[in-house]
Amino acid sequence: MNVQSKKPITAAEQSLLDRYAERRKERQGNASLTALRDGLVHEFDQTGLPGRRIETWHYTDLRTLLKFVPEGFSPETGASAKPLLSDAIVLSARVGGQDSAMPEGMAVSSFNELLTSANATDLLESKRPDDFIGRVNSIFVDGGSVIDVSKGVKLEKPVELQNAASGGHLHTRMSVNIGDGAEGTFIERQIATDTADSFVSSITDLTVGKSAVVTWIISQERGDTDTHLGQINIRLGEDARLMLFIANAGGHLVRQEVHVTADGENSDFALRGVNLLGGDSHTDITMEYDHLVANCVSTETIRNVVFDRARGVFQGQIRVAQIAQKTDAKMACNTLLLSDEGEFFSKPELEIFADDVQCGHGATVADIDENHLFYLKARGISDSKARAMLVNAFISEIVEDLENEDLVEAFEQRFSEWLTRHA
Amino acid sequence: MLEIKNLHARIAEDGTEIIRGLDLTVKAGEVAAIMGPNGSGKSTLSYVLTGREDYEVTEGDILYNGESILEMDVSERAASGIFLAFQYPVEIPGVATMQFLKVAMNEQRKARGEDELSTPDFIRKVKEAAAELKIDMDMLKRPLNVGFSGGEKKRAEILQMALLEPNLCILDETDSGLDIDALKIVADGVNALRSPDRAIVVITHYQRLLDYIVPDSVHVLYKGRVIESGQKELALELEKNGYANIIEKAA
Repeated sequence: MNVQSKKPITAAEQSLLDRYAERRKERQGNASLTALRDGLVHEFDQTGLPGRRIETWHYTDLRTLLKFVPEGFSPETGASAKPLLSDAIVLSARVGGQDSAMPEGMAVSSFNELLTSANATDLLESKRPDDFIGRVNSIFVDGGSVIDVSKGVKLEKPVELQNAASGGHLHTRMSVNIGDGAEGTFIERQIATDTADSFVSSITDLTVGKSAVVTWIISQERGDTDTHLGQINIRLGEDARLMLFIANAGGHLVRQEVHVTADGENSDFALRGVNLLGGDSHTDITMEYDHLVANCVSTETIRNVVFDRARGVFQGQIRVAQIAQKTDAKMACNTLLLSDEGEFFSKPELEIFADDVQCGHGATVADIDENHLFYLKARGISDSKARAMLVNAFISEIVEDLENEDLVEAFEQRFSEWLTRHA
Repeated sequence: MLEIKNLHARIAEDGTEIIRGLDLTVKAGEVAAIMGPNGSGKSTLSYVLTGREDYEVTEGDILYNGESILEMDVSERAASGIFLAFQYPVEIPGVATMQFLKVAMNEQRKARGEDELSTPDFIRKVKEAAAELKIDMDMLKRPLNVGFSGGEKKRAEILQMALLEPNLCILDETDSGLDIDALKIVADGVNALRSPDRAIVVITHYQRLLDYIVPDSVHVLYKGRVIESGQKELALELEKNGYANIIEKAA
C-alpha cells in the first residue's frame, strides 16, 4: 500500500472546518467565490494545518502550536483606539471608513466591494503552495479596505489603519496602491479591544509605485492569548523606497510574513524588526525577498529580546535572479536571550544566481554584557534599571532607523512600557 | 574615610588570590597614590572597592565612613558616594550620553532621598562641568563613550565624577592613553575636586601623573599587599630606582 494514512484531525482544524460550514450557510457571495472557497476548504481538509515537515513552517509548527481556535466572529468595532501619533489620519482597516478628514489624493473604499465583483476569485487565488495564511484568509475574509494614493501625492500626515479584534475570528485584507512618486507613512495596528481570545488573519497587499517613498509600520499589539497570522505582500517599482518596520510586542501565537518582489531597478527596501517576547508566546517573522531586476538594495535588521519561556523565529530568504546584477543585500538578526528557557531560531537563506552581487547575513545571540552592566551600576544605577537601559539601547538602535522623531518617540515609549511590564 | 583591613580577595571564577592581606587607610581630604608593578593587584583593588561580582572577598574588611561595605552591591556603593574612574571606560551603543548622565545623577539623588533634577538644572550643571574639562557638548550627544578618543573617554570619566560629586574617588590609571595636554586638563579637573571632605585614591604606574595631582601619601602595592608607604617623595624615588629595592627590602 502506498497510500499515506491521513493524520488525525486536530481540535483547531475541526474548529476551522466547522466555522466555515457555519459561515457558508449565512453568507451570500457570488457562486465562483463560493466555489473557490469550497475548493480551499476541501484542500485544507486534506492537508490540515502546516506542520514541521513543511520547511517554511518548520519552526512554527501550527499543528502543535495552534491548540484551539475560538468560536464566533469578532464584531466590527471600527477605529476606536487612540492613535500612536496624535496627528494621524485614523481609519478602520475593516471597512475603509474614515474617522478624520481624508487628505486630497487618497481614496479609500471597502474591500467587500471588490469581493462581490466579478474578479474576486483572482484576488483570493493563492500564489504559493505553502501559503497557509493566504488560504485561511481567502476562506474567511469578510472585511478590509482598499487604499489608493494618487501619483505624486505627498501625504503630510501619517495614516493609521486599525485592525481591531475583540474576540473570535477576524479576517481582514488591505489592498494598498501607492502611485508613482507618491509619499506617505502608514501604521498598520493590530490591536485587541477585548481580552477574549481572538484568531486573526490579516493580509496587506502593498504596491509601491515608481519613485514612491513609503514607511510602512506593522504594530503587533494583540492580547496575551491571541493568535495572529499576518502577511504583507509587497511589489516595489523602479527607484521606489520602502521602510518596513515590524514592532512585535503582543499576541500569543504570531506569524508575520513578508513577501517582497522588486520588479523595478534601483529600489531600496529596508526591513527593521523588533521582537519583544515574553510569557509562553511564539512569534515568527518570515521574509522572502525576490530580486528580479538589477541594482536593488535591501537591508534587514531584526532585534529580539526574549524573556520567560518565549520562543521566536526569524526566517529570511533572499533570492537573487540571474539578471539581478549589482544587488546589495544585507541581513542581520541579533538576539538578547534573557532567560534560560527562552528560545530563538534564526534561519537566513541566500539563493544567488547572479555573479556580481553583495549579499551578506549574520546572526548573534547574547546575554546582557556584564561589562556594560557593571559600568552603569558603578554610577549608582540600580541593577533592574541598568538592565532596562541596556535592553532599550539594544532596540533603540533599530527604532532610530525610523528617522522620524514622533515615530521614534512613540515606539520607544511603547517598547519601554512593554519592558516595564515584563522585565 | 576608607579603611582597608587585612583584605584578601580572589577571582570568583577560578579562586586565584589577588589581594593578600592588604591594609590601607585614607582620610577625608587626603589624596593617596597607589603604585606598583604590573600584576600587583592595583586594578583588582579598584574593582573590589566598587563591588564587582567577579571578585570575592575571603577575609578582612573594607570600612567606608566607619561601616563595612562588603554587603553592599555595586550600585549601592556608588550611590553612597564611591566613584571609580575606569581605566578602560566601556562603549555602550544605544545609550545616549546625556540620558545616561541624567539617570545616574537622579538615581543617586533618589537613593539619598533628594528630589530629581529638573531638565534645565541638569543641562546647566553639565554645561558648566563640561566647559571646565574642555568637553564639547557635541561629544555628549553621541552614545556613551562610542567613538570617543582615549583622551575624550578619560575626560568623560572626570566629567561624571564632577557631576556625581562622590566622597571617595578611585582613579584607575587615569593617565594611561593621555597626551600631555589632556593629562593636564584631567589633572586640573581632579584637583578642582580636592576638598576636605573628599578622599581620592590615585592608582598609577608612573610618577608623571603625580606631578600634576600631588599626593599626600604614596603606597606601594606588591603581590596584593602594601609593602611600603610614604609621602610624595616615595614616588620620585620609585621613578628613579624602580621597584626592586623596595621589593627586596620587604621580602
